[in-house]
Amino acid sequence: MALNREFVGRAYEASAPYEVSRVKIAEFATAIGDQNPIYHREDAAVAAGHPDVVAPPTFPIVFSMSAAGEAFGDPDLGLDFAMVVHAEQRFEYERPIYAGDRLHCTTTITEIRSVGRNEFLTLRSDVSTGEGELVCRAYNTIVERGGAA
Amino acid sequence: MTAKPGAAKGGIATVKYDEVEVGQEIPAVDYPVRRVNLVMYAGASGDFNPIHWNERHAKAVGLPDVIAHGMYTMAQGGRFITDWAGDPGAVVDYGVRFSSMVVVPDDDEGATVSISGRIEEKLDGNRVIVVLTAKSGDSRVLSKARAIVQLA
Repeated sequence: MALNREFVGRAYEASAPYEVSRVKIAEFATAIGDQNPIYHREDAAVAAGHPDVVAPPTFPIVFSMSAAGEAFGDPDLGLDFAMVVHAEQRFEYERPIYAGDRLHCTTTITEIRSVGRNEFLTLRSDVSTGEGELVCRAYNTIVERGGAA
Repeated sequence: MTAKPGAAKGGIATVKYDEVEVGQEIPAVDYPVRRVNLVMYAGASGDFNPIHWNERHAKAVGLPDVIAHGMYTMAQGGRFITDWAGDPGAVVDYGVRFSSMVVVPDDDEGATVSISGRIEEKLDGNRVIVVLTAKSGDSRVLSKARAIVQLA
């Protein structure tokens, strides 16, 4: 089933800020096999010029998709999640993410297009502090295989 | 040390902008991917899609076997670039396209993702574009994989 183009431009805000913790950063770094001490130890991060432990570049995937769940689950969008594959991902940083950050995330559906038999849907997540400082943007494109057939 | 204009806040790469050249290669590093890594990544990332840990489910939806999370492979590319740059805060932009699957058999070896890099372009503000190549077996598993890195 073709995806509903009326969803382009819709924005979804996460219900609560995401609190970045040292423990979660260390868990994520361990899961990707990265023992860089800047992810694991505050003293190492501070010695490298950071205020606290730093999140790995792909860490925002942990929280940046939660707001989009509301859109994906909306039957009016017409997405068959069982057929979804991740097509593209990009992170654009204004500054690194640190333990102690409280991050607000708003996800907007920026594009829906058909390529052959597949439907491509692109989301942009704007991640900012409570004071409105933009920290990073995440761009996520998923493909629904056979969706345009 | 005073940050240069456009420098990422906090963290300084150990690689110096003046010491890299366009076309310079960053040698390949092999990253193992075993089932246990995917289980750990599922837990840490919150992506519990069973195609990444359940062989029965993966085969039922037409896959050859369990496949790695695309984001796990992307994270290995992130390791490669931050290890090269010397500081994770130096990565100001990182994007990939997932071009083929990393199939992870249930044995002691699992799969291997081999990642290498090349300096594609030198930008203003001591930034460079690094293009990554990621292969598993004969397949290129990432395409259009590039990072903008803030060098010293």
